[in-house]
Order: sequence, then structure tokens, then C-alpha cells
Amino acid sequence: MSEPALSLKATGRSRRRLLTNRGAEVGASAAAAIAVAALLVLIWSVGSRGVSALNWDFFTKGPAVFGEAGGGVAPALVGSLLLVAIATALALPFGVLAAIYVSEFAHPRFGRQVRLWLDVLNGFPSIVIGIFVFALCVKVSLPVVGWGRHQSAIAGGSALAIIMLPLVARATMEVLTLVPNELREASYALGVSKWQTVLRVVLPTSLGGILTGTTLAIARAAGETAPLLFTCAIAGQIVDWNPSHSVQSIPLMIFQNSESPDPNLHAQAWAGAFVLIVFVLVTSLTARFLLDRSRRKLGLQR
Amino acid sequence: MLPPGMEAASVPGAAALGQTRRVGDRVGDGILHGLTALAALIGVAIVFAIVWRVADGAWPAVKLFRLHFLWAREWNAPLNKFGARDLIVGTVVTSFGAMLLAAPLSIAIGLFLSELAPPAIRGPVGTLVEMLAAVPSVVVGLWGIFVLAPFDAQHVQPFLGSALGWIPIFAHGQDKVESTVFTAMIVLTMMVIPITSSICRELFIGVPTELEEASIGLGATRWEMVRTVVVPTVRGGVVAAVILGLGRALGEAIAVSQVIGNFIPLKLSIFEPGDTLASRVAGQYQGAITNVQIASLIYLALILLVITFITNVAAQRVVKRFEFQRTGGA
Repeated sequence: MSEPALSLKATGRSRRRLLTNRGAEVGASAAAAIAVAALLVLIWSVGSRGVSALNWDFFTKGPAVFGEAGGGVAPALVGSLLLVAIATALALPFGVLAAIYVSEFAHPRFGRQVRLWLDVLNGFPSIVIGIFVFALCVKVSLPVVGWGRHQSAIAGGSALAIIMLPLVARATMEVLTLVPNELREASYALGVSKWQTVLRVVLPTSLGGILTGTTLAIARAAGETAPLLFTCAIAGQIVDWNPSHSVQSIPLMIFQNSESPDPNLHAQAWAGAFVLIVFVLVTSLTARFLLDRSRRKLGLQR
Repeated sequence: MLPPGMEAASVPGAAALGQTRRVGDRVGDGILHGLTALAALIGVAIVFAIVWRVADGAWPAVKLFRLHFLWAREWNAPLNKFGARDLIVGTVVTSFGAMLLAAPLSIAIGLFLSELAPPAIRGPVGTLVEMLAAVPSVVVGLWGIFVLAPFDAQHVQPFLGSALGWIPIFAHGQDKVESTVFTAMIVLTMMVIPITSSICRELFIGVPTELEEASIGLGATRWEMVRTVVVPTVRGGVVAAVILGLGRALGEAIAVSQVIGNFIPLKLSIFEPGDTLASRVAGQYQGAITNVQIASLIYLALILLVITFITNVAAQRVVKRFEFQRTGGA
């Protein structure tokens, strides 16, 4: 008597199940491959077209006369720098203070409300924010504010600040909740008052996370175009550091040049896109690195 | 109990203890509390100020066209006739079309990164996908104009047109059109995927390992585990992630206006130019001359604001209900 050989090969129903499983695995891997491929194609086309248009003039000169080759985007570079600086100067203090209110001072019910409305603000389309600032600062002159009836770097910077505010606040809230309560309690037990605890214990502990959030917000703001459409100039011929003047910016330059028929301007748009993408990717990678480090530090203190 | 002879009144009470704090501390606490509350208040006030200013700017058009604006088709600046119907339809079609592509892809990417990928691949691929989110929309749009749109016109459109051309929305004409609704959908898909897929990944990672192991232990294949345990556990979160992505797609102005062709009346086929609310505002605001046109454009922004507000609140509701279910059911 010999036993029939037991086959380990799946048949019938279990074979079907295994095949479905295999199919799903291949599908999910393919989806990830598509996403990564899309990013690589994007970066490759921006890189290959952008680098060839980069030269010293690009960074130092103003735009060439229409139709002529050469020229650069120095005014737009300076403008972008100015806009992002103004936006950061406005959004960082307000965002951090609002976050401190929510996680250190507010009654949980108020805190939830503030967080909810900041999320709503984050969900607003950026173009609507552009229209808001346009209606507030550009169209109607506010006597108190004084820089009135024209487009300016301050107007554009404020629009970017509104975009950055919820990002900074949200990131700060998250890192403040990571600060161990033992640290606060130790400080109170030593007789330190609440405001000193917040400023000398809680904030320094969470500084890394706040900087990370701000860096990510800066990366986002540097690439925003829609809010600048109505609040900043389209064309700028000379480098201008005055924040009450209207300034050109890199994203707007790309937008404008991409719709023009001049191939020379297209090349400049690609070069601008390359500069922008390098800036954005480097800042967000740095931020990610900093975040990992500060998380680890907080984890060790626990 | 207090020892006899020592009355409660002689023990310094809590209120009295409060008085012993230094004046500087009390003032400092008050100032910091006030400052932070003010900052939070300003953050909230900005939301309402935005709604108010936009509604105010749109008011002349709202008074003139009333709700008829929502279903009027014509957009004719010289005749001062404005209507939003085709723009609303265009917005909905591009965004929902993008989500139709992005939602399954994002869930699949989330599953790949949380369940399937070996740890060595997880980190780098996850970072790459998230980096896609950091690419500015204007750069995606630039790429859309010069790389994606020609590719679509020469390869994708003829292929889809010949395969599915009998369905009117895929009808494909003789001439190759580069700026199309379809291209805008692809661009939006690319912009939405990083947002939804990274949320999905977090959700899937958060599913308790015990549940997954129990399912595998009962003999389920990995796919059966995903279908019966992982996805149902976080269904609400996945829906919220998709709605958040939708909100982003609805409001995207720049990249869409670069590739969609900015043309209405809308045609039936997605291989024709179109326009959306946000992209029309972006495209025409600079050139708008008459007050009616400016007000009409702000009216469009107001509609967009209402739509995105509803989407965001819906997403938050879903998350809340889902959290309630999870904690209430456990």
C-alpha cells in the first residue's frame, strides 16, 4: 500500500486566491513605480532643459529686450527673496504664538475651534487668498497701512504669509504636544511661572520642530504663483529692494514666460523652474532631516 | 483632619498662595496669554475676513446676475454677459476625473509602502512620492505645457480615441489639440497623488499589527488581509484623504490654466479645451477692465470658496465620525 503523493501545489480555489494576491501585489507595486517614474521624468525634463539655459547672466542681469537672446532674471530672484522674507517675518511669529495659545493656554474647546479654522484656512484655494489681499491692500487704500493703492512686495508677502500661517501653526502645535509634560511640571515645581516655562523650557525644546515646519512652509510659499498674480508685478526690469514697490518673482516669471511665444523666454522659464525646484527640494529634504533629528532628540528625553 | 487649635482659616488658602506669586510673573503670564490669544484670534479672523472681502467684491455681480449666474452659459466680456455654468462643470469634471485616477493609485501606493515594500525601499520611495508634493504647481504646469501636452496629443489621445471613441466624452477629432481637459486631469492627478497617498500610508501603518497577524494566522492571503482587515479598519480616513485631495484639485488655478486652453463653451469630449473656476480667475483678472467683469470673476472665486469650504468640512466630518466609531465601538 502506498500513500498517494501529497502535492504542495495549490490547485482550484487556493490557486485562484494566490493568483489574486499576486495580481494585487503587482498592481500596488506598479502604482508606486508609476508615481516615482512621473517624478523622475518631471525632474529630468526640468533638469535637462533648465541647466542648459543657466549661465552667469541669468542670475545677474535683467530681462533682455523682447525677442533678443540673453538676459536674466535678477529682478525676479531678488523679488522672490524679498517676498519670502516678508512672508516668513509675518507668518512665523503669528503662527508660533497661535500654536502656543492652542496647546499651552487655551481651554480645549477654544483650542479645537482655532485648530479647525486654521485647517479651513489651509484648505482655501491660494487664488482666493490672492484676491483677498488684492481687495484689501491693493485696490482699497488703507490710510492706516499707508502703502495703499498699488501692487507691492508687502502685499504679495502678506498673501504668502496667509498661506504659510496655518502650516507654521499646525507644525508648531504638533511639536508642542510632543514636549513631555514632565519638563513643564519640573519647571513649575521649581517655582517658575508659566510664561517663563513656555519661553525657556517648552519653546527651546521644540525649536527644531518649529524650524522644520517653517522651512517646509517657506518651500511651499516660494513656489506659490496664484496669490502673487494680483498683488505683484508681472514685469520688472531692474533689481529693486524696496518692499513698498512692486516686484517680479520667479514663479510668476515662469508662468508668464510659459505662455509667451518666444523660445528664448521658454528657456528662461525652464531655468527658473530648475532653480525653484532645486531650492524647494533642498529645503524640504533639509527640513525632513532636521525633523527626524529633533524627533529623535525628543524621544531620548522621555 | 486638621490638628486641634489650627483652624482652616489659618492655613494659607489657594487664593492666598496665588497672591504670593511675584507681580512680574503674574504680568508676564497675562501678557503672554493675551499675545498668544491675539495671534490665534487673528488667524481665525483672517478666515472670516477672506469670506467677507470676497463676498463684498462679488456683490455687484451677485446683485446683477443673482443665482442665475450659476447656470448661465455665456461668458462675453464686451456684452457684459457672464455665467459660470461651464466653468463649474469644467471644475467638477477635471477634479473628479483626476480623483478617479488618483484615488485608486494613491491607495495602491499607500498599500505598497505600508504592507508590501521591503524596508530598504520604503523610505526612499516614500520620500520621493512626498517630494512630488513639494514641486510647485507652476513647474508642473510648465512641464504640462511642453512635455505632457504634446505627448498626450500625439500618443495618448489617438490611442484612447480609437479604443473608446464611440463614447462621446472620448470622441477624438482629426486635428491634434494640445491644451485639453484631459491634460488638465493628468496634471491634477500628479498634484493630488502625493497628498492622498501619504495620508493613506500613515493610515495603513496605523492599523494594529495584531489585527493583521490574526488575519494572516487564519490563513488569509496578503490581499485578503488588506481587503478584509486593513482597508475596512481605516475606511473613513481613506475617504477623508480622497476628499482632501479633491479640495486641492478643485482650487488649483495655475497649473490648470497653463494646460487646459482656457476656452468655453465647454465641449462634450475631454480631448477639447475647457476651463475651470480657478483657472478663469487666474487667466482673466489682469485683463479685466469693466467693474462688472471684475465682480463676476470674484463671484467665480466666491463659488470656488463655497465649494472648497464644503469639501473641507466634509472631510473633517468624516474623520470625526470615523474616530468616534473607532473609539465608541472598541
